[in-house]
Amino acid sequence: MNQTQSVEPIVRMENISKRFPGVIANESVDLTLMQGEVLALLGENGAGKSTLMNMLAGLYRPDSGSIHIRGTHANIQSPQDSMALGIGMVHQEFMLVGNMTVAENIVLGMKDLPFVPDIDSINARIIELSDRYGLKVDPQAVIHDLSVGEQQRVEILKLVYRGADILILDEPTAVLTPGESHELNNIVKIMLSEGKSAIFITHKMDEVIEFSDKVQVLRRGKTVNICNTADVTPKDLANMMVGRDVLFSLDRCPYNPGGVKLKVEQVTVNNPLGGRPLLDDVSLEIHRGEILGIAGVAGNGQQQLAEVITGLVRCDRGNIYIDGMDKTNNTPLSFIKAGVSHIPADRGAMGIVGDMSVGENLAMKKYRTKEISKGVVIKKNFLRMFADKLIDTFSIKTPDQGTSVKYLSGGNIQKTILAREIDSCGGILIAVYPSRGLDVGATEAVRQNIIAQRDQGNAVLLVSEELEELQMVADRIAVMFEGKIMGTRNVKDTNTEELGLMMAGAVSRGA
Amino acid sequence: MMRFIIEKRTTKSKYSVFIVPLVSFAISLLLGAIVLAASKANPFAAYKAMFEGSFGNIRRIQYTLREAMPLLMCGLAVGIAFKLKFWNIGAEGQYVSGAIGFTWVVQFWTFLPPVLLLPVGLLMGIIAGGLWAGVPGTLKAQWGVDETLTTLMLNYVAIGYAEYLYIDHWKAPFGNMGTPKFPDAAILPSVWGRVHAGVFFALALVVILWFILYKTRWGFELNMIGKNPKAARYQGVSIKKNIIMAMLFSGAIAGLAGAIHTSAVAQKLTTGVNGNYGFTGIIIAWMGGLNPFGSIIVAIVMAALSTGAGQLQIALKLPEAMGAVLQGLVLLPLLAGSLFNEYHLRVIKKGAE
Repeated sequence: MNQTQSVEPIVRMENISKRFPGVIANESVDLTLMQGEVLALLGENGAGKSTLMNMLAGLYRPDSGSIHIRGTHANIQSPQDSMALGIGMVHQEFMLVGNMTVAENIVLGMKDLPFVPDIDSINARIIELSDRYGLKVDPQAVIHDLSVGEQQRVEILKLVYRGADILILDEPTAVLTPGESHELNNIVKIMLSEGKSAIFITHKMDEVIEFSDKVQVLRRGKTVNICNTADVTPKDLANMMVGRDVLFSLDRCPYNPGGVKLKVEQVTVNNPLGGRPLLDDVSLEIHRGEILGIAGVAGNGQQQLAEVITGLVRCDRGNIYIDGMDKTNNTPLSFIKAGVSHIPADRGAMGIVGDMSVGENLAMKKYRTKEISKGVVIKKNFLRMFADKLIDTFSIKTPDQGTSVKYLSGGNIQKTILAREIDSCGGILIAVYPSRGLDVGATEAVRQNIIAQRDQGNAVLLVSEELEELQMVADRIAVMFEGKIMGTRNVKDTNTEELGLMMAGAVSRGA
Repeated sequence: MMRFIIEKRTTKSKYSVFIVPLVSFAISLLLGAIVLAASKANPFAAYKAMFEGSFGNIRRIQYTLREAMPLLMCGLAVGIAFKLKFWNIGAEGQYVSGAIGFTWVVQFWTFLPPVLLLPVGLLMGIIAGGLWAGVPGTLKAQWGVDETLTTLMLNYVAIGYAEYLYIDHWKAPFGNMGTPKFPDAAILPSVWGRVHAGVFFALALVVILWFILYKTRWGFELNMIGKNPKAARYQGVSIKKNIIMAMLFSGAIAGLAGAIHTSAVAQKLTTGVNGNYGFTGIIIAWMGGLNPFGSIIVAIVMAALSTGAGQLQIALKLPEAMGAVLQGLVLLPLLAGSLFNEYHLRVIKKGAE
């Protein structure tokens, strides 16, 4: 890592600019990566991190600027070109074929693969590589039987198998438990010791501190700072990212819960495809004026829990009560009428209708009420006034309420959903990954809104992957693992280690 | 050197809604000209003959408008199902069911006073068409049965049953097919030559559908379901209920079209009851952009293409099927052109990179 200036960097991007219709994604960005170094690319959503890396990976081409790999000018036209230069990228969404084996996925699409591949030697090579880097995976395992962390290892193995020595990881820890993140860090360390180099994209400050040697901060497509990780604090980084001071603690009323608002009693939801139930005998209570956090690695039943409480998924056993009334397996509309609001996990697929306007999306709960309709007729002027009010209150950045919501940025789409659900909230708010993928500024706004709901006496269920967020926002935390609740703790009486162990299922093994 | 890139539009263009269909229509006329030239016909003479055949004198205009009415109604019918992305390609069968229902009442409900024959007959047409569409709607909503297959297959059942009725079961004592002519009280009166009173129903439906789709809560819900069913369900909108309701409504309109056309034009149930109006209605709904008012113009254009085709035969000795070819050619550029509602073309000069 002690490179001198005379050594040619392994990656040198110079004066890179990239425009998309209406957006400047990157403007005159320079980037250098030395051999054996980890560079963190830090920035808010939409700062241009992924775009910059996608140009290195051959998915986009820069409008202007040049890329040099190991000192020679590189004209990267396609992912194949990029791979040939030893560059490999692990995307946020894994690109694996679920019903094929690890080995098949690793060699899939390789150009020099013979017509009948020699499976034994492929397996042997995979085992050799996985031993060398601590990437423990069975080459014969089928992808959809693997955990998310294991799938990520397959993605990394795929790259090293194909000879990549410049690794790009796009938000690699977003899907991992704290333990798995630590393991990933070790894997990257071994690779560095062999002379490989890595760039990873993130918007989490603690990751930068833990993983990287050098950090480059992007804001609105431009570089704001490049510094040695050892010289900065998370707070410095946050300020550089956002361009202003960021609150790290949130104002809230003292914890003073009221009566039980929502009660989930021994609810089980079977998996239609067979195997273990999606929700397994889950019981919990949420009081008025309380935020119950649900921790766990994504895919352990959190989403089904939220959907069973909103009537979107039927439970096979157990009961759900709101204000003591049995609501088990009622229609979604009946839950809405009982005052349940829901910020869904999948915004684009469920939270909005992309082809309808911001105003119409804001009105999708209240269109049934006098605020917007007269009898069966929707009053366009009522709708407009209603939408303008919410756009103003929640500072949604949109040209006007008639713009199709799909043209808004991710953060503003989330604000649109939040505005609609908070405005129509009648006592219970179910928020699933409400700050996922949002930048620091938007995350702060989301969290403050959620806390405000609690302070007004509403019962809030907050599902999050980030323990830090739950510890900051929730009053109590329940941990889910494989469809079960591993335990519930008061935030004050627990710590990251205990919760992390529970997230990994440790309590169920009797630990 | 120039390169062309097709890029996603960042905002909706206000003009593309009008320009795309117009340019597409112009392109289809060009494509048609190639086909005509290949058949050794002068395209200009052919188009002129077609125009004269469809709008050349008052009688021809009336005839074109009369043909446009069932087309418009079938277009409206499938349009409402298409709003939900429910691919009702069974308007033809629903139309025929409506005709059968109407015939049954006006021929066999002899206990009705004559003044009630027409209203009850039309109502039966509505019910028959609605039920015929309600079957695939219910199958889809309850068990997820693919609607393209069920609606398509039910067309042939309805057409076959109608054939059985007018060839055998309900056949008039004289002649070799067709029911007896309907009583006078069961025939919709003319309002302008060949244009009959069905025109009021067609235009009223345009207004009613426009109002429902763009002004009411139900229209809002249909729009949500069509554009993102998962989001609609999450907002408490029942998808099953709406699919069934939209299909009942869709079939009812097609059934009414069948009842009206049989009453006013054929004046009995006989061969030709399946006039392809239901199938052409699919094209009308698409080209009208699923907008009821847009469908009026498209229905008239499509009617003119078929009425004008007769003149092709007389004036240029071309087969009448050429009209169907030209109709088909209208659809292709339009479907291709709808890409440009979402995307636009950007020209990049090589040197500028």
